[in-house]
Amino acid sequence: MGAMTLLKKGAEASLFLADWHGRKVIVKARFPKRYRPAELDEKIRGYRTAHEPQLMHESKKAGVPTPTIFLVDLKDATITMEFVTGKQVKQVLADVSREERQVLCVKIGGLIGKLHRHGVIHGDLTTSNMILDAEGKIFLVDFGLGEKNTEVEARGVDLHLMKRALQSTHYRFAEECFKHVLKGYSAVLGEEDAEKVFEKIREIERRGRYVDERKQA
Amino acid sequence: MKQRTEALCLGVESTADDFGVGISTFKGEILANASSGYVPEEGGIHPREAARHHAEAADKVLNEALAKAGVKPTDLALIAFSQGPGLGPCLRTGATVARALASYLNVPLVGVNHSLAHIEIGKLKTGTVDPVTLYVSGGNTIISAFEAGRYRVFGETLDIALGNCLDVFAREAGLNQKQGLSLGAALERLAADGEKLVPLPYVVKGMDVSLSGLLTAATTLLHKGECRLEDLCYSLQEHAFSMVTEVTERALAHTEKKEVLLTGGVAANKRLQAMLSIIAEEHDSKFNVVPLQFATDNGAMIAWTGVLAYTHGLVTPVAESFVKLRWRLEKVDVPWVQ
Repeated sequence: MGAMTLLKKGAEASLFLADWHGRKVIVKARFPKRYRPAELDEKIRGYRTAHEPQLMHESKKAGVPTPTIFLVDLKDATITMEFVTGKQVKQVLADVSREERQVLCVKIGGLIGKLHRHGVIHGDLTTSNMILDAEGKIFLVDFGLGEKNTEVEARGVDLHLMKRALQSTHYRFAEECFKHVLKGYSAVLGEEDAEKVFEKIREIERRGRYVDERKQA
Repeated sequence: MKQRTEALCLGVESTADDFGVGISTFKGEILANASSGYVPEEGGIHPREAARHHAEAADKVLNEALAKAGVKPTDLALIAFSQGPGLGPCLRTGATVARALASYLNVPLVGVNHSLAHIEIGKLKTGTVDPVTLYVSGGNTIISAFEAGRYRVFGETLDIALGNCLDVFAREAGLNQKQGLSLGAALERLAADGEKLVPLPYVVKGMDVSLSGLLTAATTLLHKGECRLEDLCYSLQEHAFSMVTEVTERALAHTEKKEVLLTGGVAANKRLQAMLSIIAEEHDSKFNVVPLQFATDNGAMIAWTGVLAYTHGLVTPVAESFVKLRWRLEKVDVPWVQ
């Protein structure tokens, strides 16, 4: 592999842009974290490096675009994958019209619905982890915290995290966005199953930390 | 007693097991920070028992703070109190004391968000300006940073708080809350002699953590009696702290802030401090930890945050001073932060 340019130093992994046999690729490297014990660190990095490509592959089967994986190196905890040309949804969301934003959110909801229907939990649904390409296709990336799971609880937490990410990053129109995400989700998963997940989200919120002030007795 | 010329605020803190009274000048000089802690006979905090303790201790703590600051009640220009989030009976006791003082002295009252106060006292005492804050205590685990008028919550616990997780395990292990040594400190001491890392659940979801499964797994192993207690304490700390450090680092990478602030009762833990200082260093950020007496729940942080709110036009009329048990940090406007 030729020279690598650091694109983003994340917390969980660093992303490099590189040339791989004439292809423009992303190398995702999980470097050792000095703050945690080496044996725990190796376990976490190894697990995530092995599982992320599997989940990305499963997502493709579910009909959700993800970058193509070229190489997985468990020893160095690196994944070499397709470079998707496009913009992070995070950057786009604030610049488009209200209608376009709603259409985008319905589309995102649909993708999450497809993932869940297929038993994949993304684990870190944020608008930074969604790439919109020139043709309007949305790629999901960063499955490092994901899992295979069909439980309503896991689906609920996944969507709840999406809501939280919208609230912290797009606080001006978080509610509107999330409403449309749910709309798209429900259209794919079917109203009956989706409603079970929505009820779970309400339950997660009622667990105490997420609710607004309850009515004073 | 000499008359002080500068304006003073008295803050009352009573969200959980501590009843605290602090006095701050409007410039942020802390003149007093008195408190009395409720120690349960056994088990965790019983809200009504804690509230009874607060009601009984209020008079003594109040007088202690006034004496320490060398001021008379009539020198006070403002009364602040912890309005939430917290335990209902405890909050109500503190609010009652604050309302009575404000009414009697005929000075303004201001309700303060407890989580916000932990951040503001940390900033004041460490000179931090715009940090990613990890606030970890018995009741809260919040990763936040300022963005457009408010402290946004980037990550938090999905179930129990970090301090709660450690305390419950410590109690299960038969450790006691002794004079001057908290359960967390007792656990930290044992953990220092840990040698073997026992595998436990490590649950990070997005920027949130889940600690209840970790607690259950550690407690189950404890009762099986096959592991050394020191190893279990060590393993519990390493897993729990790694999880909150990982999500703090994620918030740091996301916000690209240049400061990390550690606050709340668990901030006293040296191992947690060490972990956070490593991620701060790796992201070219400055790491700060709040001094111990301002790390645990205290009245000074309420007094100082009351000053900030009041000097930016915020007051709480007595009629609107009911306590807010689940008042979230991101619901509070902070006009004093740019």
